[in-house]
Amino acid sequence: MQCNQQSVVNTIMNNHQPARAGESGDAAPAVERKPKRKMSLELVSLLFLLPAFLFYAVFELWPIIQTIWYSFYKWNGIDESTFIGIRNYATVFTDPELYGSILRSFYLIIFFSIVPIVLGLITAVLIKDIKSKAGRSFSQVCLFLPRVIPGAAAGVAWTWMLADKGTVNQILHAIGLGGAARVWLGDQSTALNAVGVIGFWLQLGFCVVLLLSGIGGIDQSLYEAASLDGAGWWRQLFTITIPGLRGQIGVCLTMTIVSALASFDVVYMSTQGGPGTSTMVPGVQVYRLAFTQQNVGLASALAVTLMVLVLLVVGPVQRLINGKDQ
Amino acid sequence: MKQGKSVQILGTVMLVLTIIFCILPFLSMFSAAVQPQGTTPAGIQFTAHPHWENFVDAWNMANITPLLISSTILVIVVVPCVVIFSSLGGYAFAQLRVPFKGLIYMLFIVGLTIPFETLVTPLYYQISGMGLLNTRLALMLPLISLNIPFGIVWMRSCFEQMPSDLMEAASIDGAGYLRTFRSIQLPLALPSIASLGILTFLATWNQFLLAVVLENDPNKRTMAGALQAFVGQYQTDVVLLNAGALLIMAPTMILFIFLQRYFIRAMLAGSVKG
Repeated sequence: MQCNQQSVVNTIMNNHQPARAGESGDAAPAVERKPKRKMSLELVSLLFLLPAFLFYAVFELWPIIQTIWYSFYKWNGIDESTFIGIRNYATVFTDPELYGSILRSFYLIIFFSIVPIVLGLITAVLIKDIKSKAGRSFSQVCLFLPRVIPGAAAGVAWTWMLADKGTVNQILHAIGLGGAARVWLGDQSTALNAVGVIGFWLQLGFCVVLLLSGIGGIDQSLYEAASLDGAGWWRQLFTITIPGLRGQIGVCLTMTIVSALASFDVVYMSTQGGPGTSTMVPGVQVYRLAFTQQNVGLASALAVTLMVLVLLVVGPVQRLINGKDQ
Repeated sequence: MKQGKSVQILGTVMLVLTIIFCILPFLSMFSAAVQPQGTTPAGIQFTAHPHWENFVDAWNMANITPLLISSTILVIVVVPCVVIFSSLGGYAFAQLRVPFKGLIYMLFIVGLTIPFETLVTPLYYQISGMGLLNTRLALMLPLISLNIPFGIVWMRSCFEQMPSDLMEAASIDGAGYLRTFRSIQLPLALPSIASLGILTFLATWNQFLLAVVLENDPNKRTMAGALQAFVGQYQTDVVLLNAGALLIMAPTMILFIFLQRYFIRAMLAGSVKG
């Protein structure tokens, strides 16, 4: 692929060179050259962009259009499809199993997003003055590990942690709370919160490191000036640190909210949506509808709804980040 | 102003607790993985005689050798394609003159936040229509495309930070666009390209949903995708399951620990720009 691309560009470049060389022999090159070069510059730009755009259009833009198209049809993936208008969307918003999965994904935002950011912020603020090179790189590696491994592997790890004889119950027994021990992912009443804990684990370390790096960028003289003015620890936190971290908090929010709404790997590997439908999230539901129940239309309608919700939530957060730059 | 001693102690305690929380699942898996096969381990326990041979058995049962080969082939194709296409495209946006620049760039931005779940169903029928289902290309082509929006945004901002007099100086010297790009701009962009490479590597290697849907043969999947088949087979054998899952995680973890500086820099910068 890339060889082809290179040679196409090369050919164009070679065609372009002699034309320019011939031109320079003309009487007024400076005047004549400009419009011609402008034309070719645009052509060259498009050629540079072509491979990326081609791939992107065929395997991302076109599928998005296809999903929207499918969502208006009843189709089992094999036979003729029938146009049914917005009835799939009506089902998404009236079937408790489907809108329930959307509500669950919003509930997961508490675990995936709010708790890790708040705890991450507290930790980052408390340790910002500790400067130890060795400790720093060791803790960074540990805090990043959950983000480096595949989400599916995190699902396996936590299935074992939360099992009947897993480490979580072992710790509960050790601190005298053995009565609370249970199969966390197998119990209807705790499964969703247990999945939330996995999400919390995935996001926490990263939030700490990102927020800490943001604090490092805040001008230290601001703190000195504030303390001269008699501002206490809390005042400094709310008037200097948090506003200074607006960008980083926005980034954490965007990433963690998207990972909560579009969670798939972790849920699929740990519970597959069960027990019952207690941990069914839109991602797993789309997969089930499309590939085990062969209801492609309905799966697409849910997928489009998910996409729109993600865009609706991420949009305002992005504005928050950009607002800082202006 | 420095914070007081008590704050620092509290902070250290929080940090230590967070670190323990982050590595606890790994310790728990490791502890289970070295117990005697066929037993049911309980939580984290100390073993005087770790059964290292479990890893050998898990290696064979999880088919790690073909998996490593297949994931490596995938990465070797996907990462360079993403890096080259994104560099060319990002360069066009930053330094050349793309017609309808705003509109085309918007199209790429849209791709940044689209959840994979939205794309997977049509991709399945599209790949199947192309007759590529269950081939290596079935994963390579979509993975290249899905990493391109971020790559374009990333490389554009990298090339935009470069001094434009460089470009002018080169064009006065009569260097063509491709020459300027290849011999002047590209070498300067190497740090950003390395970061993009690392991020693309992680996204490819850890890809799960697409691997499960587009590739039936677990041995042609990504390492992450193969976990699904492995767990399905050995659900009840806690010891082997944990040993196998650790092996599947090991390549990225080892690479991460050796190249930690580059990984951490890439992931921090990547999140801010993406």
